[in-house]
This record gives sequence, C-alpha cells and structure tokens, in this order.
Amino acid sequence: MNNPILAVERLSITFNHRQTVVDDISFEIHAGETFALVGESGSGKSITALSVLRLLPNNARLNAEAINLHGDDLLKRSEFELCKIRGRRIGFIFQDPMSSLNPVMTIGSQIEEVIKLHFDLPRDAIQQRVLELLQQVELPQAPQRIKDYPHQLSGGQRQRVMIAIALAGKPDLLIADEPTTSLDVTIQAQILALLKDIQEQTGMALWLISHDLALVSSIADRVAVMQQGKIVETGATAEFFNQPKHPYTRKLLNALPSMQNCLAHSTEENPPLLQVSDFYCHYPIRKGIFKRIVDYVRAVDGVSFDIQQGKTLALVGESGCGKTTLGKSLLNLIPGSGRVVINGVELNGLTGEALRRQRANIQIVFQDPFSSMNPRMLVGDIIAEGIRALHPEVSAEQRKARVRQLLQQVDLPEDSALRYPHEFSGGQRQRICIARALAVDPKLIVCDEPTSALDVSVQAQIIQLLKTLQQEKGVSYLFITHDLAVVAEIADDVAVMYQGKIIEQGGVAEVLTQPKHAYTKKLLAAVPVLKMDH
Amino acid sequence: MIILWTDALIYLLILVMLALGLYLRGKEHIKRPLQQIGSSKIGMISLVVLLFFVLIGLLDSVHFKPADDKKNEIISLLDDWATPLREHGEKTYSAPFATKLYSKEMMAMPDGSMQWGYPRLEFGGRHLDDPETQRIRDILQKGFYGLAQGVGLTGLFMMLYLCIPTLRRGNTVRVAPAARAVVNPSTKVVWLVLFIIVPLATTLIHLSAYYHVFGTDKVGEDVFYQAVKSIRTGLVIGTLTTLIMLPMAIIFGILAGFFRGWVDDVIQYVYTTLNSIPGVLLIAASILMVQVYMANHEAAFTSVIVRADMRLLFLCMILGVTSWTGLCRLLRAETLKLREMEYVQAAHALGVKQGAILLRHILPNVMHIVLISVVLDFSSLVLAEAVLSYINIGVDPTSYSWGNMINGARLEMAREPIVWWSLTAAFVFMFALVLAANLFADVVQDAFDPRRSGNE
Repeated sequence: MNNPILAVERLSITFNHRQTVVDDISFEIHAGETFALVGESGSGKSITALSVLRLLPNNARLNAEAINLHGDDLLKRSEFELCKIRGRRIGFIFQDPMSSLNPVMTIGSQIEEVIKLHFDLPRDAIQQRVLELLQQVELPQAPQRIKDYPHQLSGGQRQRVMIAIALAGKPDLLIADEPTTSLDVTIQAQILALLKDIQEQTGMALWLISHDLALVSSIADRVAVMQQGKIVETGATAEFFNQPKHPYTRKLLNALPSMQNCLAHSTEENPPLLQVSDFYCHYPIRKGIFKRIVDYVRAVDGVSFDIQQGKTLALVGESGCGKTTLGKSLLNLIPGSGRVVINGVELNGLTGEALRRQRANIQIVFQDPFSSMNPRMLVGDIIAEGIRALHPEVSAEQRKARVRQLLQQVDLPEDSALRYPHEFSGGQRQRICIARALAVDPKLIVCDEPTSALDVSVQAQIIQLLKTLQQEKGVSYLFITHDLAVVAEIADDVAVMYQGKIIEQGGVAEVLTQPKHAYTKKLLAAVPVLKMDH
Repeated sequence: MIILWTDALIYLLILVMLALGLYLRGKEHIKRPLQQIGSSKIGMISLVVLLFFVLIGLLDSVHFKPADDKKNEIISLLDDWATPLREHGEKTYSAPFATKLYSKEMMAMPDGSMQWGYPRLEFGGRHLDDPETQRIRDILQKGFYGLAQGVGLTGLFMMLYLCIPTLRRGNTVRVAPAARAVVNPSTKVVWLVLFIIVPLATTLIHLSAYYHVFGTDKVGEDVFYQAVKSIRTGLVIGTLTTLIMLPMAIIFGILAGFFRGWVDDVIQYVYTTLNSIPGVLLIAASILMVQVYMANHEAAFTSVIVRADMRLLFLCMILGVTSWTGLCRLLRAETLKLREMEYVQAAHALGVKQGAILLRHILPNVMHIVLISVVLDFSSLVLAEAVLSYINIGVDPTSYSWGNMINGARLEMAREPIVWWSLTAAFVFMFALVLAANLFADVVQDAFDPRRSGNE
C-alpha cells in the first residue's frame, strides 16, 4: 500500500496524571479506505480520535512519538496551524446531531461558516457550494431547506447536515464518531450508504468509530478493536470476522445477539396473562385563545394484543412510533383509554387506592439506568420501596432479608444495599432496577429498551439474567426495543409498531423470517448483519 | 429569667436541630457526608468560626432582670459579663485605644483656668499617669497578657481533650466513637483555629477592660460592645427569616410543581401577586402596624428591649413573607423536571403514595437548591437589614445591629476628621460571619451532593 494519510505512533493519553485511558497504541489509515475503531464504552476510542485533532479536555496528557498527517507531524504544529487542519484536512462528525448544530443559526449559514473559514471564495460561489454540499448529502429539496433551522429537520436530516459541514473543507480524512448511534435502523442504513457513496466520489479516507460490530462488518475495510486503552487486534475486515484471534474479540463477537436465535424458541401456548384491546393514547393539540382542541396527537392509535404467562412479547418500532407511550400507559403512568385486563382484573377505570393495589402486577424497567434511580437513596431502600408501599405489614427485618435475596437473584453483592446508585456501572444499575421491579412479585415487567444504553457484552448478560428470571419465576415481559437482533434473542412473540398502530404481530420466528408487512421487511433489511461465513 | 419572643424562637430552632441530629444519628448515609465535612479543612475552620459567632449569639439570647434592679431593664448574660463595657461610656467619639476625646472642648485645668483642647477620657486609659509615654507599652503589655491567657486556656482544653479519652480507654468506656470519627481527620486544623480565635478573643476582652479597643461612637458608647451585640441581631435576622420563609417556599414550590393543574395556578397567582407589591412597602406597613400596636398596648411593652425585640421579630416575619417567592419559583421549576424523572415514575408504578413520593423522591433532590439559597439569603438578609435601617424601617434604632452601625457611619464618613472605626468594626464582624457561612455552605453542599462526592 502507498503512504498512509494518518499514522499514529505510540499514542498514550492519561487523565489527571494517573488514569491511563489510551495506552501505547499505533495505527495507520490509508487513502480511500474505511478504517473502523471498535470498542465498548470507556475503551478510549473517542478520546483517540479527539487527540488527533488535539481537542482533548484540559486534564488530559498526551504522549506520542508521532501523529503524522501525510507525513507531517501534527504534534509539532502550533495551535494556530492546527485550526487550519481541523475541518480542512480532517473532517469530524459527532455522535449526537441534536446537540452538534447551533439551534439559532440556519443550516445554510452553518455550512457557509466553515467554507468561509477555509476558502477565499466570492459570495455567490459560497452559496453555490452550500447547495452542492446539501445535494451531495442528499438532503431532499435542498434549495428550499438552506434557510431551515435545525429543529425543522429530523434526526437523520440533521446528521446529513453534519456530514455536509464535515465535507465543506474537502477533507482527506473524515472521522465519524458513532455517526448513527442515535438514529433509527432504517435511517442508520441510509446514512451509512451515504457515507460510503461520498467516500467513493471523493476518494477520502473514512475513520469510523463504533461500538457496533455488525455495522462495522458491513462497511469497513480494516478493523481495530480497542479494550481498556489498548488496541488488541487489527486486521482486514474479512479476516477479522472469520478468524478472530484475540479472546476479547471472540468474546465481543459471541456476545452479539444473532437473528438466527429466534428459531430456538418453543412454540407452546400458555394462557394469556395480559389482554389489551382497542387501546388509545391521544394527546389533544390546543390552539387559539380559548385552548380549543383542534386535533389529537395519536401516539397510540387502537392497538390490541395479548401476552401469555411466562412469555415475552417484543414490541418493535422506530423512535416516535408510540411504543414507549404504550408501555407507560399500561402502567397508568400516562393516561390511555381501552380495555386492559391483567390476570382477570380489569384495570381501566380503576383510580386511587384500588389502582394502587393493582400496581404490583405490572412493573417497569427503564432505558436509562442513570436517571431511573433516586441518587439520594441507598440501593437497599430503592429496592425495598415497593415492598414498603404495597406491603406495609412486612417488618423491617423481613424487608432487609428480601432485599438481600433480590440482590442475590440479580447477581449483585449483598453489601450493595448500603451503597448509592452512582457507585455502580450501567449494567449493575440495570440489575438494581430489575431487582426493584421484582421486589413486588409482578406478573408482568415492561422492559423499555433496558439494554440500549449498555455495551454489547453487558447487554448479553442482562438479557441472560432476564431469561433466567423468567424461567425461575414465570414472569412475563413486554420487551420494548428498536433492536431486532435483541428481539430474536429474547422474545417469543413480536408486535411491530408503526405510527401508533401495530401493523404486524405473531411468533418471533414467523415475523422475523417471513415478514408480511412492507414496513417490517424494510426494518429487517436495514439491520446490519455480521458478514461472516458460516 | 425572661424569655423574649425571638429568644423563644431561637430555643425552638435549637431544639429542632437537636431532634434532627438525634433522628439522623445512626443513619449510614448521613454519617458519610458528615465525615467528609469533618475531613475538609475549610469546612472545619468555617464551622469553628460560625460556632464562635453562634455561641456569642446564644449568650446574648438568655435574658434576665438583674438582682439590683434599678432602671427596670432587661439584660442578657453577655451584657452581664460586659457590664464595664456597657457602663463605661464616654462623652462622644474617641479613636481606638485612645486616651483622649476625638473632639476639642473647654477643659478645666487643675489650676482653675479653662483651656481649649482634647480632654482625657473618663475610662479609656484612665489608669495611666502619663498617657503620652506609657500608652504603647501598656497596650502591648496588657495585650500580651491577654494573649498568654488565651493560649493557656486553649492549651488547657487541649490537654483535657487529649487526656480524657486515654483515661476512658483505661476504664474501657468509649463514649461516642462516631462523634470522634467525625472530627478526627482535621482535628489539627480545628486546634489551630482555636489557638487563633481564643487568644484573639481573650486579648480583646482583656484590653477592653482598660481601653476602648474599637473606639467609641457619637454618644460615647463602646463600639466593640456594639459590634458584639450586633452578632445576635445578624444571626436572628439570618436564621429566623429563613425559618419563616423555608416552609412556605418548599411546600408551595413542590406542590405547585408536582400536582400542576389548578394547584399550580393558585400558587403561581399568589406569588406573582406578592412579587408585584414592592417589598419595602409591605415592610414599612407592617413595621408601622407593630409600632401602632405597641403604642396602643403600652402596658405589655414596658421595656425598651421588649419593644425592640417585637420589632425585630416582625421584621423577620415580613422579610420571610416577602422573600419566599424566589426560592418557591426555583423549587417549582426543579420539581417540574424531577416529576418526569424515571425514578419518580418507577415509584408511581410501585404504588408508592403521593405523599411518600414527595417526601422521599422530590424533597431530598431539591435540598441542595434550598441549602444554597438559604446561605445566599443569609448574607443578603444581613445586608437587607442594613438597607432597611437606612430608611428607618429596619430594626429598632435603639437596638444594636451592624445595619444601624453602618447607617450611623454615613455621617461619620462625611465628618472631618473622619470617624472610621464604627464602619470598620461592623464590616469586619459582618464579613467574618458571612464569609464563614458561605464557605461552610460550599463544603456542606459538596458533601451532600452524591454526584460530586463521588469524584474525590
């Protein structure tokens, strides 16, 4: 191969002089190739990318033999000279398109800003270039949208604008830090295709940073895996996925939920536990001085489904389709209307004390393990809260014993009870949340994307835990997720939701292998699949 | 013993704090932040300073009628101790440590002639025969003596502190190991501060028996005495106002944010209405009301000090009533945010009653805001008192307060030659109190905010 565009030699980064986050790594990126840096959260991959542009936080110390861009050592460049390299020679796309755009500037002027910074062009030429860029990133109706503000665009469109900004300097190297993580699967596929397209047109190198091995396998030419600050394995994509050498890589690959697993589920029928029919969740839209109701936001628009005892129903859909609203309104956290029967008891119409008594039947585990626990309560108190509320007759000793037992069930040490939530990692917190839900012996647990904030290997553990608990206690799950691979791993039945309606439901094998509805087919096609020879 | 209204409230406050301390004694999650405060140097230093102020304030809050009651006056323990200071008034201004008056007047000379000059003070430096030559030496001598007293006293305490535990350990009796654990890590600093404060205090006390260490004011009253007496007024305004304001702000703020709907509407109407009435107007009106009431019921308010106390209490109340809106607004906004948090929803799902959710999930998570605003308010209330005294609707002109001292200094600064000591004394005392309170609050906040305590 020819000379690399970027060559990093023996890079180390330490925080506060003691915590080493990147430990002596070297790698190269060649022209026109897609290089993927893969690792779990906290492995140091984003920091590595930032260090190349010298955008590290103040308490970080960088140590490297060389960071060569076209043989030109960036470490020897002054801050002033680096400003001309950032955006011009190296473009950067951040993870979150919501917060990376200035909300009070039009997208056109934000792109313009970058062009002005790097090229000395007349006004018309700049305008021309902005339009070109927006067309290049395939923003629909580009000429009309130049004057749009970020909030007028959808998440995927914003990410397109971000890419346009990154491309504005005509960079040789584009760094994309988790560019699709906050996007829906179908959008993710579009954005990746776009990146690939642009790369082919311009011949630039693409440095992709991701935690998603399946995604990487479909787009990258070479892959490097980072673990705790070290690159443990590097290789060409085909070789890497077919013969992983390092045990950590193998562990990562094994932890990946696979669509094939759905065939293993049993198909025996259990009596139904929860029956939902004709369920609506409408928010009124009010307008005018008299707050007249002009229309409704139909978040959940007439859905019906059953969940069997001891089984898992996965509710699948993209963001905004109403799946979380549905989950929460089943628990009466959001008002909804329709018939909900659990265990023979009709829930709708119940208020006050009667409703509170029925609360024990359905519990919820939330998506974000960081905001779902009161930071000022001890873990023991958090878990015991439901018992205190619903079974005030239980003595303090019994409660403590129960908490110990629950902690044991979710594989946490007993002394966790006397610690605060912030002392735990994301996966451990999710275990605590599961323990909290289990404390009142629910028949059904609504799991609202419980694993989407977690790393792959932790995700696999949590799913395993949920499965074990189901076998032991016969609890049912309503598993809300956008990740079809996880669905295959855990669900018995699937319901696909689109714009507030359930468009397809059935056994997991049936839906995932022979989808009938066009949307389900599209969703399945968009899921990145590990390209491995089996 | 006579209990004034503000005294009663202060005792109540202490009782509440003691009860709270007892209730929280065994709680693991309270002990840890306390230990962190205990191990913070700044925290302990400011705590010691604060406690010193509080001690003086408490001494000044025990009122009684002296046995040889001639003038039908009520004095406090502090007054009793400082009787010489209280009674050794001069004719008018005198500078700190001066032996002569600050203004010239006709003096009768020993030979019977009259002369225009600076007369000797009646009490300051009276023991000296020839002030010009002996003064400096005498001050140093007496100052050193006071200093030695203080060092000796602190040393004695330290010996006791170090010896008693060993004695107890010998008897295998261990009292309050938790309390020791709280203090231990920064005991050194505490002793260091004590070795500074106590000798400083004893020096001042010793010297003040012979001189006016901060000079005297227009009517010849000792400024040191005034500044010390003002500590109680400052503390009362800072704490009692907060005590009155907090329940309103917390209850209304949290209820409005949590229940929304008509509850929120009503509470918002109340505080926007209250906010649009100028605070000064309300304060002036209520103070005038109290004065009229006191004038009509003269029998119940015979003593000057009782009247001043009533006015102080009303000032606290009306300041409390007008100042809760800001905190209430903050708490409402924070509660609006918190009620959507997933742990609150989880609590709903677990069937926790709404009252319990408010107490267990919302209240503890807004406490840091309460803490910060209490401390900021404490200092701003002390300052507000000064401003209100300026337009004569603050504390009673006869009662001692830094506000009154600073207010008086307005004219003194315009005088030639300038009289600077009243203002300086008030400033130094006020500064020490407010700074210590601010520093302490910072440390407390760091310790009780779990997200921050995790970092260190």
